[in-house]
Amino acid sequence: MAVVLVDAGGTNIGSVRYALQRLGTDAELTADADAIRAASHVILPGVGAAGPGMRRLREAGLVDVMRGLTQPVLGVCLGMQLLCERSEEADTECLGVIPAPVRRFAEAPGLRVPHMGWNGLRVTSTHPLVDGVRDGDCAYFVHSYAVPTGDWSLAESEHGVPFAAIVAHRNFMGMQFHPERSASLGAQLLRNFLSL
Amino acid sequence: MLSRRIVPCLDVRDGQVVKGVRFRDHVVVGEIVELALRYRDEGADELVFYDITASPEGRRVDRDWVERVAREIDIPFCVAGGIRSVDDAREVLHAGADKISINSPALERPELVREIADAFGVQCVVVGVDSLRDDDGEWRVRQYTGDPSRTRALRKRTLDWIEEVQGLGAGEIVLNCMGTDGVRRGYDIEQLKAARAVCSVPLVASGGAGTPAHFVDVFIEADVDAALAASVFHGGDIAIPALKRELRAQGIEVRS
Repeated sequence: MAVVLVDAGGTNIGSVRYALQRLGTDAELTADADAIRAASHVILPGVGAAGPGMRRLREAGLVDVMRGLTQPVLGVCLGMQLLCERSEEADTECLGVIPAPVRRFAEAPGLRVPHMGWNGLRVTSTHPLVDGVRDGDCAYFVHSYAVPTGDWSLAESEHGVPFAAIVAHRNFMGMQFHPERSASLGAQLLRNFLSL
Repeated sequence: MLSRRIVPCLDVRDGQVVKGVRFRDHVVVGEIVELALRYRDEGADELVFYDITASPEGRRVDRDWVERVAREIDIPFCVAGGIRSVDDAREVLHAGADKISINSPALERPELVREIADAFGVQCVVVGVDSLRDDDGEWRVRQYTGDPSRTRALRKRTLDWIEEVQGLGAGEIVLNCMGTDGVRRGYDIEQLKAARAVCSVPLVASGGAGTPAHFVDVFIEADVDAALAASVFHGGDIAIPALKRELRAQGIEVRS
């Protein structure tokens, strides 16, 4: 197994890498197209904004590389949003490998944005990625934009409205929260991904 | 539904957790990773590490321990103290911290909040606010509170500052109410309620926790997103599992 972390400048790369190390997997951090294509599992982490995130992928020549991958690919937080079609964040065209939009949480009284903290999951589809996840298990979220629920949802959460917390479309998967900071649930989900 | 967060705050000096009385006579209470893991195991939702000597001496946060914590811990953590520039923030975030918290340097130069938010996103920018009620009844901001000999009272009203930093890109506010801090008679509900009314990003209460009932009160009455405390956790006066049971019994959503 050769797991790579796509190094497009996101700041949580170290944290994701450490989380994999705790599971006994040493992931290479790389922006090299060949290494990414050759990997058994590809993880796209990301913190920050969609525009700069896509710009970094373009500058690294990785947009078509990412789109063409056939092995299991996991986007984490912003990384998941970058796998989608388009983000309302500065109206950014994303990789488009998951046929979902990314929208800003609507303003509502008492609803704080960013959505920050531990929130419960509700599993809505059967998929090996969500094996062992029980309804009500909490994951750690930090985000202002979200993917609506849809055919792509494996698990949902709620912040004013329901939104997709875990998604999958073909070999492309995403987690809106930070598995590397979601205690034992996060470890379980990363383990599930690595065993795909 | 989003859970309310319980956040122990650990003071760090030279890579070790210390406690002191009134900022003096610091005693080492433990190894940082060991204590972090202990709180993780007890159910802390997040940790704040505050480098108590960093800001007043103009010293930057020593990065080694940040990386050691990031390697071991699987809950989010924030580093406060000594972050004065985008480069300082980058160093700490790249070492694996999830958020950085800035206080006095943001008062020196408010644009710093915007610069860090632009570089790394609002989600990792916490602004710490030290606040005290003045004789005229207004809450105003204090600067350099880490060192009593340098602490300054500013003209800036606390609520104005909270609004200002949100406009600059603060993703979370920690309001440390100095009037209730250290006396364990409860959080400053009145001030936190006033802050809540002008705060649309997550708000963290700090200063005054003494009993589980104080946590219940601050979540219900001031509607804060998180409650931070130090001594009641470090001294063992409040155990986090028991605290969470009490909160749950009062109908407050917490992570199990």
